[in-house]
Amino acid sequence: MKNRSDNKTRRILNILIGGEAGQGLVTVGQILAKSLVRSGYSIFVTQSYQSRIRGGHNTFTIRVGVEDVIAPQEAVDLLVALDEETVKLHKEEMSSEGLIIADEAFDGADKATLKIPTRRLTSDQYANTAALGAVVALLGLDGQLVARTVEDYFGKAHPEIAEENRRVLEESFRWAAGQAGAFEKLLPTVAHPSQRLMMNGNEAIALGAITSGVKFFSFYPMTPATSIGLTLAAWAKDMGLVVEQAEDEIAAINMALGASFSGAPSMVGTSGGGFALMVEGVSLAAMTETPVVIVVAQRPAPATGLPTRTEQADLEFVLHAGHGEFPRAILSPGTVEGCFYLTRKAFELAEKFQGPIFILTDEFLADSYRALKPFEVETLSPIRPWSPEKPSISIPYCRYAITDTGISPRLLPGLTEHLIVADSDEHTEDGHLTEDLLVRRRMVEKRLKKAEAIRAEVIPPQAQGEKNPNLLLLCWGSSEGAVVEASSMMSSRGIRTATLHFSQVWPLVSEHFMGYLQEAKEVVCVEGNATGQLARLIRRETGFHIRNRVLRYDGLPITPEFILQELNQER
Amino acid sequence: MVTVEDFGQYETAWCPGCGNFPILQAVKRALVAMQLKPHQVLFVSGIGQAAKAPHYLNANVFNGLHGRSLPVATGAKLANPELTVIVESGDGCNYGEGGNHFLAAIRRNIDITMLVHDNQVYGLTKGQASPTSDEGFTTKAQPEGAASAPFNPIAVAVAMQAGFVARGFAGMIDHLSDLIQQAIAYRGFGLIDVLQPCVSFNRVNTWDWYKERCKPLQQEYDPMDWHTAIKVAREWGDKIPLGIIYRNGRPSLDERIGRGPLIVQDVDRRTMRKIMEGYG
Repeated sequence: MKNRSDNKTRRILNILIGGEAGQGLVTVGQILAKSLVRSGYSIFVTQSYQSRIRGGHNTFTIRVGVEDVIAPQEAVDLLVALDEETVKLHKEEMSSEGLIIADEAFDGADKATLKIPTRRLTSDQYANTAALGAVVALLGLDGQLVARTVEDYFGKAHPEIAEENRRVLEESFRWAAGQAGAFEKLLPTVAHPSQRLMMNGNEAIALGAITSGVKFFSFYPMTPATSIGLTLAAWAKDMGLVVEQAEDEIAAINMALGASFSGAPSMVGTSGGGFALMVEGVSLAAMTETPVVIVVAQRPAPATGLPTRTEQADLEFVLHAGHGEFPRAILSPGTVEGCFYLTRKAFELAEKFQGPIFILTDEFLADSYRALKPFEVETLSPIRPWSPEKPSISIPYCRYAITDTGISPRLLPGLTEHLIVADSDEHTEDGHLTEDLLVRRRMVEKRLKKAEAIRAEVIPPQAQGEKNPNLLLLCWGSSEGAVVEASSMMSSRGIRTATLHFSQVWPLVSEHFMGYLQEAKEVVCVEGNATGQLARLIRRETGFHIRNRVLRYDGLPITPEFILQELNQER
Repeated sequence: MVTVEDFGQYETAWCPGCGNFPILQAVKRALVAMQLKPHQVLFVSGIGQAAKAPHYLNANVFNGLHGRSLPVATGAKLANPELTVIVESGDGCNYGEGGNHFLAAIRRNIDITMLVHDNQVYGLTKGQASPTSDEGFTTKAQPEGAASAPFNPIAVAVAMQAGFVARGFAGMIDHLSDLIQQAIAYRGFGLIDVLQPCVSFNRVNTWDWYKERCKPLQQEYDPMDWHTAIKVAREWGDKIPLGIIYRNGRPSLDERIGRGPLIVQDVDRRTMRKIMEGYG
């Protein structure tokens, strides 16, 4: 592997922290990740947890690098075992120079193991912090910086917990530093760390929505979408927005439509099952031409499926959700930055085209923390309900006035003396229900007309890698980094490889990508589902048949290793 | 000066003699009495013959999905608390398809007036039992009679200590109009279950049937007394009490949130920067 030198100092290191739910695994993971980001490293977090509050086996994996890390890695370089089970389960995943950090009492650590005398350092309650101290020492991080991160994490709310954590951290750090003879510092120091943020996909969606001027968010809790609502709720008061936990997802989307009708840029967030309940509301948004941003964070289905794992199997569902024919756009961010910027794009599209716009993510991206450059929030304008500067409003005002673009000037109820009438029935231009079938025809055409304008704003897929490749890897959504890394690994082995990532999967504009498909010798579609949904969609839209597919549907994220293995290119 | 002419006069899709006509009249009278201008009012309706009512007057209207008028109204009210928001739909829409939203709206005490045209039958789909149909009510869909016990919206609302719970009758326009005014003036969730005959599909609960039974509550009745209200709420049969059955002074959801109209809220960049820096 090119990213490994002969000594033990590496440019990229994969740290897996494993334990039971309730052992403070995520706490330690987040503190370590944040400390790494503050020390100037790039990180890529993959979380794996079971659908339970206590017990079970969970992991928090941080792939850390001096340069940008863009994908997860399966081989473990540093295994931090908070319980014995973790050692057993992950021993076989260790890389050749891998190191285990575990309590001295744990069995089965036959590889190189740093055995922590946890009992001597602290009580069971702080065992996670004792492990953290040892990891921090091995990585060569600044102990003061980590102590400050612990302090920030527990804050002033729990001073006694913060104090004990600080003490245990210090002692364990000192103890591990004393073992330095046996273990070398694992990561080179970043000389001049620039300011970075640590953020996951859901947080970036929430922040993107805040900068867009979201004023209403309604949701029913559902993994893995819930933390979008929690993030927005934390800032609702300061930002003057309303976050309402609805009685069900049907209410959530209908509330968002009501709020949007009243002028509040609105968003909902859910996962497959919850979205199934929202589907009639999607159709309502289209018929009433009410802007709404709908985040669907995918998880393995059918039905309840695997609630805390990842999958990309709802593309066809989201594409076809809602009875009747109407335009929509589906954005599929590949990175945490993408979550931020595409959420802004979604609000722009929703307000402009007055209808449902989707952001399709998944559990992997929702929970994946990354290091990113701060956003230039001062330069980002909020997105306001679209209305012409000087509206040429007919009297009486017609909410659904027929125009060349299909987009009608939108006024808001109560702000002027004009009356706004929106209807889920087929309606006349002034919004009242009608059974005039000539009007019906004109209204169908008016709504579909907006599709042309939506097409004009489609984000083209991003091509990377070599020209005229022997192998073109197609992907969409969260697998972008893994596919790009797999591609560059193959290129470095002399196979001309390129990638094409779709951060918008609907509408598809064939002129954007057919050239790439045609010039490649072989095209392989990489997707987190069992049937190749993007490949099939491309065939339907263009006739181009992508026969070769790398599909993952075991609930785990797509990794570079997985892609190579499936392509029979094992490292 | 707002007059009844401001709310217009429209041709309807209702059957001659339908209970919807006097309800529409009572609504218009209430709005005029309160001097509310058409643009200050938002009607949110679902689907059914009753849900067409907002199309027959001048106001802002969101005619949404069957059963879903309450969540739309809740969102609209939270986004602009300055609007007078009235939900108008039937018993099937509000108590059947939208049952969960009914319970949630009571709990939220959102400042909305909910006007339920209750004719104890599904009219638009041509006569199936509704949630409020009496047990044994026969229809083509329930040829052996409705087997389920009827839903008592008043008793449920009182049991949950809803802010404002009233029953009106389409045959008593002045009384109904007064109830509507009081519900609109009430800052919280105001339910008015309005009994009305369906002249086409309900041959049991007719104009005469209701007229014989509907009796306004006595002047001295105290709607703030919950223990009495829960008894009165369960009265049904030979005598059906009309009027404000229960009310309390719980603050409404929009008051508790207290953000005002969201459309005029600033998107403060300094706060945005602070939020972002929290991730550093």
